[in-house]
Order: sequence, then C-alpha cells, then structure tokens
Amino acid sequence: MIASDFSTVLPEVLLSLYAMLALVIFVYTGKDKHAVFSMWLTSGVFLLLAAIIGLSNAPDSTSFNGMFVDDSFARFSKVVILLSAAIVLVMGQDYAAKRDMLKFEYPLLVALSVVGMMVMVSSGSLLTLYMGLELQSLALYVIAAFRRDSAKSTEAGLKYFVLGALSSGLLLYGASLVYGFAGTVEFAGIMQATQGDNLSIGLLLGLVFVISGMAFKVSAAPFHMWTPDVYEGAPTPVTAFFATAPKMAAMGLFARVVHDAFGGVIGDWQQVVAVLSVISMFLGAVAAIGQRDIKRLMAYSSIAHMGFALMGLASGTAFGVQAMLIYMAIYVTMNIGMFAFILTMEREGRPVSDIASLHMYSKQEPLKALCVAALMFSMAGVPPLVGFFGKFYVLRAAYEANMAWLAVAGVLASVIGAFYYIRIVYFMYFGEVCEPLDANPARRLHIILVVSAALMIAGTFFSLFGIESLAQTAADSLAN
Amino acid sequence: MSNLLSLVTFIPLFAAVILALLARGDNEDSKRNVKYLALAATVFTFVASLMVLFGFNSSDTGFQFVEEHSWFLGMQYKMGVDGISVLFVMLTTFTMPLVIAASWNVSHRLKEYMIAFLVLETLMIGVFCALDLVLFYMFFEAGLIPMFLIIGIWGGKARIYASFKFFLYTFLGSVLMLVAMVAMFADAGTTDIVVLLTHNFGSETLDVFGFQILGGAQTLMWIAFFASFAVKMPMWPVHTWLPDAHVQAPTAGSVVLAAILLKMGGYGFLRFSLPMFPVASDLLAPLVFWLSAIAIVYTSLVALAQQDMKKLIAYSSVAHMGYVTMGIFAANQQGVDGAIFQMISHGFISGALFLCVGVIYDRMHTRDIDAYGGLVNRMPSYALIFLFFTMANVGLPGTSGFVGEFLTLMGIFQVNTWVALFAASGVILSAAYALWLYRRVVLGDLIKESLKSITDMGRREKMIFAPLVVMTLLLGVYPALVLDIIGPSVAALVETYHSNVAAHGIVSTAASTASQ
Repeated sequence: MIASDFSTVLPEVLLSLYAMLALVIFVYTGKDKHAVFSMWLTSGVFLLLAAIIGLSNAPDSTSFNGMFVDDSFARFSKVVILLSAAIVLVMGQDYAAKRDMLKFEYPLLVALSVVGMMVMVSSGSLLTLYMGLELQSLALYVIAAFRRDSAKSTEAGLKYFVLGALSSGLLLYGASLVYGFAGTVEFAGIMQATQGDNLSIGLLLGLVFVISGMAFKVSAAPFHMWTPDVYEGAPTPVTAFFATAPKMAAMGLFARVVHDAFGGVIGDWQQVVAVLSVISMFLGAVAAIGQRDIKRLMAYSSIAHMGFALMGLASGTAFGVQAMLIYMAIYVTMNIGMFAFILTMEREGRPVSDIASLHMYSKQEPLKALCVAALMFSMAGVPPLVGFFGKFYVLRAAYEANMAWLAVAGVLASVIGAFYYIRIVYFMYFGEVCEPLDANPARRLHIILVVSAALMIAGTFFSLFGIESLAQTAADSLAN
Repeated sequence: MSNLLSLVTFIPLFAAVILALLARGDNEDSKRNVKYLALAATVFTFVASLMVLFGFNSSDTGFQFVEEHSWFLGMQYKMGVDGISVLFVMLTTFTMPLVIAASWNVSHRLKEYMIAFLVLETLMIGVFCALDLVLFYMFFEAGLIPMFLIIGIWGGKARIYASFKFFLYTFLGSVLMLVAMVAMFADAGTTDIVVLLTHNFGSETLDVFGFQILGGAQTLMWIAFFASFAVKMPMWPVHTWLPDAHVQAPTAGSVVLAAILLKMGGYGFLRFSLPMFPVASDLLAPLVFWLSAIAIVYTSLVALAQQDMKKLIAYSSVAHMGYVTMGIFAANQQGVDGAIFQMISHGFISGALFLCVGVIYDRMHTRDIDAYGGLVNRMPSYALIFLFFTMANVGLPGTSGFVGEFLTLMGIFQVNTWVALFAASGVILSAAYALWLYRRVVLGDLIKESLKSITDMGRREKMIFAPLVVMTLLLGVYPALVLDIIGPSVAALVETYHSNVAAHGIVSTAASTASQ
C-alpha cells in the first residue's frame, strides 16, 4: 500500500529531495560559486525526470486514497513543464552572470516551484490542489523579486504576492464551499455529489470561486492585472519562466478540476470558461497594440493565448482538452524561442525591451530576424506555421461543442492580435534606421531561438511530430 | 509522372531554398547569378506546367493528375486539377518568368526579393492545385506573408500603411472562411474537396439568435467564404485595400497582385461557393449581381478621377473583376465560361498595363499622370504597346478583353437584364478612362523639359511584352483555345448546380409553388 503510493509520486519526491539536499550542500560548500553548476544540475535533473515520466508506460493509477492521480494527462503536462523549465533555466545564465544575479538558490527555487506544478496537474483532491498551487506560487513570488536591489523587481514580486494571495484566498474559499456542500474534498466524491440536473447554489458558488482563483493563475482576463507588471518588472529570465511552465501547470490544473471534479455539470462551468476565453482573447489583442515594451507586449500576448487555450477547455469535450494540450505545447515552444531572443536584446551591455529598438534588425542579423518573424507569424496564427494548427484545433473543438459564436469571436480577436505581431516584423524588415542592438554572442540563446522557429516551420511537414496522438491519449484519460 | 503537380508547385520553393542557402556576397556577379537562377526556376516551372497542360484531357470533367497522401488532423495532402483550375496554374507559371524579368533592375536586397517571389509562386500554384480544404487554406493564407514583405520592403512611400492594410484586410476575410471550413469539416467529416463537392450541406432554415436564416447552414458558410473571396477579388465595397497595395507595391508586386492574386477570389467562388453551397448561391446571387454592377459603374467613375496611373489601373481592375463575379453567379455556361476567360485575359492585360507603368516609372520615378504627356514623340514602340493594351483593357474586339466581357454580359443578360444594362455601361466608361489616360500620357506635344531625354523601351522590355501581346491577340481571335479546355468542366459544374438548386433551392421551389 505505502510502497505503491510512493512509487506513484516518486518523481515529485525525488525532485523535492534533490532541491532540499542541494540547498543544504551548496550552503556549506561555497554558495554562489556553484551557481552555474547548480543551474546545469537542476536542468539535468529536470530532463532526467522528464525522460522517466515520458518513457514510463505505467497504467493510470491513483494513490493516497485518490488524492494524487498519475494518468496520461498528468504525464503529458509534466513532460511539457519539465522540458520547458529545463530549457528556460539554462537560457538565463548569461543574462544573470552579466548582472551579478548568479545565485545558487535560483535554480532550486525553480525546482521547488516545478514540484508544485507537478503536484497541481496530478491533484486528485482540493487539498492536493491547494498544496501544489501554494508551493508553486510561493517559489514564484520569491523569484519574481529576485533582484532585491531593483525597485521594479521588488515591486513585481510584491504585486504578484498580494494579488496571488488574494486569488489563493478566493480559491480556498471556493474550496471550502465545495467541501461544505459536497461533503468531500476528493474529486471523485465531488463528481458523485454533483451528478444530476441542478447543482446546489452553494456548490455553484464554490465552483465559481475556484474557477476565479484558477483564472488568476492562468492570467485570464479579467483576472490578468498582475501579468503585465510582473512580466515587465521581473528579471527577463524569470519572466521567460513565468510565461511557460506555470502557464502549462495552471492550465492543466484548470482542466483537471473542471473535468475530474465537475465533469458531470459541464453546462454549469462551460459558459463561465467561454466568457473568460472571449474577454481574454479580446483584451490581450487590443491592449497589446499600445505596448512599446516587448515584455509587456508578451504579457498581453500570453493573455490572448490563454484565451484561445480556454476556448478548447470551454468546449467541455475530450477533443477540447486535446486541443488545449496541443495549443499549450505549441504556445510554450513559441514563447521559449521568443524569450531566448528577448534575452539577447542589449544595447551597450544594458538590456533593452523597447520594440522600437528592433528597427531594421534584419539587416544586422538576417537569420535571427527570420526566426523571430517566423515566431511572430506563428503566434498570429498564419499558416503554414504551427501556431495556425493550435488555433485550428481549438476552433474545431469550440465549433463541435456548438459554440460557433466563440469560434467567430476567436478569429476576430486573432485578426486584431495579428496587428502587433506583424508590427514587429515590420520593425525588423522595413522600419526606419536606428541605433543597432549589440551583436550578442550568446550562442545557446541563438540555438534555442533557431530550433524553436525551425520547429514552428517543420512541424507542419512532420505532422506536428506526433503530438496529436499523445495529447489525445492524455485527454482521453482525463475526460472519460 | 504521378507527382507532376507537386513538382510544378514546389520547384520555385526549392529554388528559393537554394538561393537562401547558397547565394552569398553582394557583388555584381552574385547578383547576376541570383537573377538567372530565379529566372531559370520560373521558366523550368513553366515548362513543367506545360506538361500538365498537354497531358490534360479536357473532355474529362473530374480531377486529373491527382496525388494523395494522408497527413495529420484528419486532412491529407491532395493535389489535382480540373478544367477550371488548370488554366490558373498555367497563368501563374506563365506570368512569373515575366515578373522576374521585369525585376531585372532591382538591386535593393535582391536575394530576399527573388526568394519572396519564388515562395509566392509556390503558394499561388498550390492554391489552384490543392484538393484539401486545410491545404487550400494554408496556401491561400500563407501567400499573405511574402506579399506583405514585398509591399513593405520594396514598396513606395506609404508602403507601411499599404502593407498593413493589405495584410489585415485579407486576414480578416479569410479567418471567417476558416470558421466555415471548420464547420464543413464537422458536417461532412472530411476535408477532401472532391468529397465535399458531392456533399449536401444543410439548407433548412435556421434560427440564429432570433433571426430566421433562409438557406440555413449553407447561407452562413456562403457568407463566410464570401467574406474571404470578396475581399480577395476585390468586390465593392471591400476593394479599398487594392488601390493602396497596388500603388505602393513595386512593379512586379503589382503585376502578381493583378494578374494572379486577384484570381484566387474568383477561383474560390467557382471551387467552393457555387458547387458546395448551391442553395445559398442561388439565394444570394442578386446581391452579388448588384454589388458587381455597382463595382463596374462606381469604380469606373472613380478611375476617371485618378491622378496616379497605378491607382487608375487598380480601379479598372476592380471594375473588370465585377464582370467576373457577375458571370460566375449568373451560373450558366456563357457566364461562367466568360468569367474564367475574363480572369485569364485580365491576367495578361492588367499585368501588361502595370508593366507599362513600370517602364516609365523606372525612367522618371513618378506615376503622376500630369508629369507625362507626348511620350509618343520619343517612345514610339512604347506608345504602340501601351495603345494595344489600352484597347485590350477597353475590350476592343480582336483582343481577349472583348471575349470575356461579351460572354459575361451574355450570361448575365439571360438572368437579370437590369444588371446587364448597368454592367454594359461600364464598357463605355472603361473606354473613357482608358483612352483619356492614354491621351494624357502618350499623345500631344512633348513639352515637359524632364521628358526631353527619355529613352524608348530596350530589348529586354520588349521581350517581356512580346508573349503578353501574343497571348492577348491569340485569345482574342481564337478563344476556343481556352473555352475548349474549360468548357466540359464548366458544363458539368453548371449542370450539377442547377440540379441541386432544383432539388433543394428555396427561390426556385417558391417560384414553382407559386406558379402551380
């Protein structure tokens, strides 16, 4: 009994043990001297765990009396989380080294937040959910304020903490209502309690609060206010992390709760999620137009992308979950590439984030400009780039769930959003002449950028690298 | 050869990849190599497409040269041509070598320029060959990227405005089509165009938010497709991106835009709207007729007022495309034949007219009509060629322009006399603006100082026009060359259309009920 419980949570246990052991060992053996080593080691551990989880073909199982679920859905999400965290972690090294930010704690905090994310997507009860969420969030609050001497970074951390605490409160309150009315915190029990036509008002209220809390974590409008400030204020490597793994985890958690716990009352949450989706898509598209700072722009872009992912979820079908997973995997890949590029944007050794600094970038760095252009068109959803297929999937999911209005709203928002993506292409290819950016020699970032853009092009010719069937298995394990 | 169409489609892309990887350096030699490679690739594509044309059996109304491979997302890589699409492929492969040759003097970022045009050629051919909904959409939509860059990088002063307007306008149109495609996929369970052509989409009246939609799902899908193709065509009142794009685009970009990209709209109507949504087409044909009539009269009048040569020709393009939409939805043999013929012939004529503007723009760097006058004194051969294409644009009998206009007018006359009357007045208006343009630019005394030293066309320029002159004349005196190829497919299309309308149609059913 106990042994089998632990074998299910083995990756999480290993990662926690690693983080705590490494913390102690590094403290006693030279602290920040090992910062780079700690970064590579953590990244290696992530990759190792991703391989273990990805290659295991253990049957779907639950442990700790259903509190922890290990199914294809959890595994798919965990692999995306671990891989993106591993790549994003090593991306920031040069940036951190230049700005005296190489601290050995940083990778370990990331590791702890990743443990939280893994628990989130595996949660089988409201308690596990909350535990995972808080572990993730606490680590993220700290790394948002990682540049203690920078007012902006501290502000970002504090803002994130205050608003994050509020959302956690909302979620916890919702969870307590659900517990009170369903009589259980376990998803399977809630599922049984919510069978039937009319959901009791208390459960409905609880559901809405829980959804609000989760919408905050995925930064869906109207719970998005923290996103632009935190993206802008946090050091760029941290922003890159925020934009990738936590989004996948929060989305996975969202899907987990609405399908595993409230899968019997799809009609009750479908409209809520659809409205979140529409508002996010339009807000992300419209508000990004006025942004001059590329990190803020990416923040609004991610809000819009979350809107599209939520469109898949709003359909309430297994196909919708599959579409959401594919969308998120594509989104994470694009964002890794884009942030690898943003990390190289420097002028006279100082980071710049003004998009006007990209004027005529294609003259200076043709290959990198081409890659960024490919990523931009992919984010805008222009075929034949892979971003288009992400949109195509969610549109299909929404349409097949009789939500054609949502699909139409989505494509209209994507046209508005296309404006700011192609504006970056315009800056790079036919803008005015301006002071060029430094020729940043960071090789690793270039490779990541090129690989990410190449995936966006090659994915079309290689059938999305087979991710379709993986996501389908994952979605089927969740929404049955 | 079973994969001839893929070969034709992807030769230019292959050449573009070679250029991107191998072309180095910025000296004269490497620039010459880039130009010759691009020219060779487009000529080779043309030769390969000739094999398609000669191997094409025009009495077979089905798809030929079909190739099929399964892909992901429930879609497949499926290519093929029928009588309707094969000539558009030919038009594309025929025009591209001329476009490359017309760009011989480009020196600003030459390598990227050629890559953009080669990629664009692949995408344009792909649009006409694709037999899968998603594949079609991919080619259709991806063409925006190179064209956006062509207008933006090599365009005129207001290129940024024009490129954004072009991109967002056409993107907005086509995303609605995407939703309709998703709906078709959901309804028919396949994205195979050949299957979809035989699928009956629901036409029962639907209730959408309290509105009774006659023709039901078909009408909604028809409108979504219409949003895309009407913008691409472009039809009045969504034509406003075209004059901007034309004026700002480099000469070669204008030629491609006028000769080929606009035809995608008409091709889309023929491939999707008419055969797949017959009930809705029948229902909404009067709308198209009147929009076309307005386009013909209104944009002709607007053309009269233009000071910019390219803008004038752009508006004349909109007017000529009015004949096409009118002919397509007349849905009889003459109308559809005429529409296709008009598109092919407009490809030659408008392409040539933009090249004519390019010739003097290269010399004087202005497109302002007032800056010219009396060119005939120093440029006799230019005056001759410009006159020839002006007459073809007007629709003088003996040129291909006449056949297209005559057939479409004949087609529409059988369906709606009033529209035919208005449309016919466009023939007179087009003579007015075209001849007036010619008089102001070419005729009269050469009094402007700046024009005193202008030179006549060189050998390269004459050689570019030669094939266009030949084709315009040939199709003008012997239209059967085109009509024999498209005839059987069009006949089959028209017949299926009318039998479907008779079986499910709302207008005809109502009319027959009333008559009983």
